[in-house]
Amino acid sequence: MATSSPILDIRNLTVDLPPWADRPQAVSDVSLTLAPDEILCVVGESGSGKSVMARAVMRLLPAPHVRASGGSILLDGEDVLRLSDARMRELRGRRVSMIFQEPMTALNPVKTIGAQIEEVLELHTPLRKRERVPRIVEMLAAVRLPNAAQLVDAYPHQLSGGQRQRAMIAMALILEPALVIADEPTTALDVTTQKGILALFREIQRARHIGVLFITHDFGVVADIADRVAVMQHGRVVEVGTTDAVLNAPTHPYTQALIAAVPSLEPRARRVASEAPVVLRVEGLEKTYHSGGGFGRGRRVVPAVKTIDLTIRHGETLGVVGESGSGKSTLARCIVRLVDAERGAVVMNGVDLMRLSRRELRKHRRQIQTVFQDPYGSLDPRSRIGRLIAEGPIVHGVPEQEALSRAHALLELVGLDPRAADRFPHEFSGGQRQRIGIARALALEPAVLIADEPVSALDVSVQAQVLRLLADIRDRLKLAMLFITHDLRVAAQVCDTIAVMRAGEIVEYGAVGDIFASPSHPYTRELFSAVPGRDWRHPRSPISDPANPP
Amino acid sequence: MNAFLQRFARNRAAFAGFLVLLAIVAVAIAGPSLFHAGPFELAGPPFSPPFGRYPLGTDMLGRNELAGLVYGARTSLLIGLAATLFATLLGVVIGGLAGYYGGALDHALMRVTEMFQTIPSFLFAILVVAILSPSIRTVILAIAIVSWPPMARLVRGEFRSLRNREFVQACIAMGMSDSRVILLHVLPNCVSSIIVTGSLLVATAILTESALSFLGLSDPNVMSWGFMVGAARDFLQRAWWLCAIPGVAILVTVLAINLVGDGLNDALNPRLRH
Amino acid sequence: MSVARDRARYIGWRLAQAVPTLLLIVTLNFLLVHLAPGNAADVLAGEAGSATPQYMAVLRHEFGLDQPLYVQYLDYLRNVVSLDLGYSFREGMPVRDLIATRLGPTLLLMGTTIVLSIGLGVLLGLLAGTRPNSLRDNVISVFALVSYATPLFWVGLMLIVLFAIELRWLPTSGMVNIAAFYTGWAKVGDIARHLVLPAITLSLFYMALYVRLMRASVLEQRDMDYVVTARSKGLTERAITYRHVLRNASLPIVTMAGVQIGNLLGGSVVVETVFGWPGIGLLAYKALFARDLNLLLGVFFVAACLVILVNIVVDVIYTMLDPRIALR
Repeated sequence: MATSSPILDIRNLTVDLPPWADRPQAVSDVSLTLAPDEILCVVGESGSGKSVMARAVMRLLPAPHVRASGGSILLDGEDVLRLSDARMRELRGRRVSMIFQEPMTALNPVKTIGAQIEEVLELHTPLRKRERVPRIVEMLAAVRLPNAAQLVDAYPHQLSGGQRQRAMIAMALILEPALVIADEPTTALDVTTQKGILALFREIQRARHIGVLFITHDFGVVADIADRVAVMQHGRVVEVGTTDAVLNAPTHPYTQALIAAVPSLEPRARRVASEAPVVLRVEGLEKTYHSGGGFGRGRRVVPAVKTIDLTIRHGETLGVVGESGSGKSTLARCIVRLVDAERGAVVMNGVDLMRLSRRELRKHRRQIQTVFQDPYGSLDPRSRIGRLIAEGPIVHGVPEQEALSRAHALLELVGLDPRAADRFPHEFSGGQRQRIGIARALALEPAVLIADEPVSALDVSVQAQVLRLLADIRDRLKLAMLFITHDLRVAAQVCDTIAVMRAGEIVEYGAVGDIFASPSHPYTRELFSAVPGRDWRHPRSPISDPANPP
Repeated sequence: MNAFLQRFARNRAAFAGFLVLLAIVAVAIAGPSLFHAGPFELAGPPFSPPFGRYPLGTDMLGRNELAGLVYGARTSLLIGLAATLFATLLGVVIGGLAGYYGGALDHALMRVTEMFQTIPSFLFAILVVAILSPSIRTVILAIAIVSWPPMARLVRGEFRSLRNREFVQACIAMGMSDSRVILLHVLPNCVSSIIVTGSLLVATAILTESALSFLGLSDPNVMSWGFMVGAARDFLQRAWWLCAIPGVAILVTVLAINLVGDGLNDALNPRLRH
Repeated sequence: MSVARDRARYIGWRLAQAVPTLLLIVTLNFLLVHLAPGNAADVLAGEAGSATPQYMAVLRHEFGLDQPLYVQYLDYLRNVVSLDLGYSFREGMPVRDLIATRLGPTLLLMGTTIVLSIGLGVLLGLLAGTRPNSLRDNVISVFALVSYATPLFWVGLMLIVLFAIELRWLPTSGMVNIAAFYTGWAKVGDIARHLVLPAITLSLFYMALYVRLMRASVLEQRDMDYVVTARSKGLTERAITYRHVLRNASLPIVTMAGVQIGNLLGGSVVVETVFGWPGIGLLAYKALFARDLNLLLGVFFVAACLVILVNIVVDVIYTMLDPRIALR
């Protein structure tokens, strides 16, 4: 189909890693082409080498340890790997530019947006100052930033995440490069913000006929935006093709497994009877943060949670869905009293946890346990994991030997070898650490399990495994679960009931099937329309474990 | 533990510093057996040059310079370690409570810390020693009083960040008492920072002590390197080495401690190598 | 315009906040006086034997030593607020006047030291941090390491031995050549010659501190994402260093400089003593020698005020450099 020569032609690229890394090469013998006017998505999990490859194209690898050792990268005919430093600097920003994942850290915090964009113009054009500024304003308006003229003098921290990313896009596009590399540009953004940025990408790419190399881990994004797709695993490209072909009829087992692991937006049937006894009831919970304050200044008041009511029945999973800043995490913390709410009641088995003294509370804490989000921060790096799991019961009076043997049993329950009890957290992968976290929560035999974004930090294949584990355990132990997430797909698979939160309030509350079929609140509808790839009905394959394809 | 020692040993400068420190400690301990009569004994004619009859010569009163160095080592190490120990204890308690509990307690403790950091510390130490009249005990007290704020700040920062880490939150959510959380989970995770800061505090304490004794604020019954330099100050033209030698001793000791401290820092907090 | 108003309000707020600290310091002074062994009046007069009985009586009455403690305290407070810091018998002048005449030289010395130590510290730290583990870095780091371990008084004395005694390039002590009655530019030149060695001595330690801090800060900044972004725009490494890294890396230095002011004042006691530089540091030493507690406490109080003022200035400067920090 592409008759013109590709704007980017990667041939047999190999990138070496330093000797202390866990594998010798980040990228092995990779070949890819990108036509001048298309969006090519490169999909892979963490460690697939996709980011390294992207940086290699611009020669931004952290030398000298990470080095391209073989192959060539032809950018419009010139081999990037063999250019002089001066020529490479000329090309950067002008023929090829890059958009990074985390806009807060990718922008210099002490320089204004305008100054940072102007730098590109200073370097590559002979324009004078008064010619530069109008171009910057024009570009900022083109990426749909409001008040473009004022924004020129704003600092990065004064903008929202989405606005910062638009500014970065403006900076990358201002010289109309032929190739733009976007390294997970929407991963750090809320789903509604992401929708806007993806739309912007599509619009700009069509208008200016740019070739875009778009790195992502999200197949939904691929479905929405890509013309062609390349799938990477362990530094190699395992499959390449048009979006339709790869997404709907994948040939490589890894691709098949990966796609199968993406949760569908079709909600499962409700399992729990509506007459089951109520295990946890939250009434009128309110939490406001006060900050700042000082001489002559008002204190900043941020209402994080405004009058929340919810109930969870025996065996039910209630999902709390919201974006960042919605208050869902604060809600979870208030329920377990890691943070003290100002008002409200949290009733479990007839006892209002909010009214208990610190000492009484400690005894009741065992009934409601939490699984946390960050697998790398949720386990004490200095404790052996057997000890970690057993500590809860020990604190509550269980004799040490018994607690440790219970820990072993729990390790088996979550699919880990009980002999691993003597090892330290850093010896385990992210998914395994989450399992340990689940085991720790279960050790106290709680009646309610709160899962606070338990799979958000995991790769999609590992995510599927952990979700399956949670569902399995919940069914077996008949646990009531409060599941917090920002991902509607995950909510569809795991939850019976859903509460949609926004700015501290619940805007919609009901059975998952009802809400997914016909959301009533405008915000809920907005959330649904923002889910990437929502129109894509992906094939479910019998193989569902991407880590062990046949 | 083994990995830690390996990394430490690989840092040759730190290792060299450690050996030097060991030698100084050995000399300090062996002091009294080498020079029975003590450093104040008049051993020979004044102003004997070094590398003559007396290994490092004699000072303006005829005291043996080498004996003075050896006994001075005892003084510096003793005061340095003791003052740092007290400062560390004070800093850990204050900083730990402020960082863990936050809120009003944090504000109050931080105000106190700020106040102590505002006072010109050396002047305050001079005041304390001058008023309570100079002795080993008052010098240790004075140095400890002005040294604890940086430790408190560090510990507060570490405790605050650890308090918000999910594994600590998990411990609290499990129903653990505060003391258990602090002693078993928070404190062990900042021990390495405390040790590194503590080692640098020892170096500062030795420098402060030598400055105090240079100005005449040392225990009159005890020989100190700073005192030796101060006493020889009037004879700079005639016998400059009497000022130089004890100063070199201070320099070498503090340098060795700094090297060890830097080595500890690299070994306990390994960062990406460049 | 509103920025200036914000700043003025902020400074006012900080000054108000300083009052409790000063109160604490004054109270500490008061306690220290009464902690000293012996009669407070004896202590305040210096050696009791050298004061006339009339003076002692005046002193006792003035300090109300026959009155209950809290009355004494309030009197003391009142005196301090009206800037009456007592009388130095030894020098025969009110403490306040004594300090006023000596403050200038100390400010000169400290100002020069701050400029030298921060300027060289930032520059050398930058040179070291931009090429880690190179020869340039190793030389600078070793130099900083050794300087950081060297006692101030020793450096001063050794510099005197080398430059003043052996080479005779620079004077040994004092601020001016008293015998030659220089005026105008010649006087400035004379003071400058006398300033060289004391300033170098005092700067060496702090410069070493800033070099180490700056180097670590530069290393940290070079790993940041915005550096990669700058590179992706086509900037040379040199431009990245000076236009992006430098300002971000310097911020911790500014903070540290504020923290170190108190130490700097302490260091000036030693350096002024070694070089006979007629500032409040030397005044403190003389007061110590003469057991003139009143004078010593006066110097301490003034030094504390100086530290507070400089800290406020440093904080304002910091907010000018870092747009993320708003004046609150």
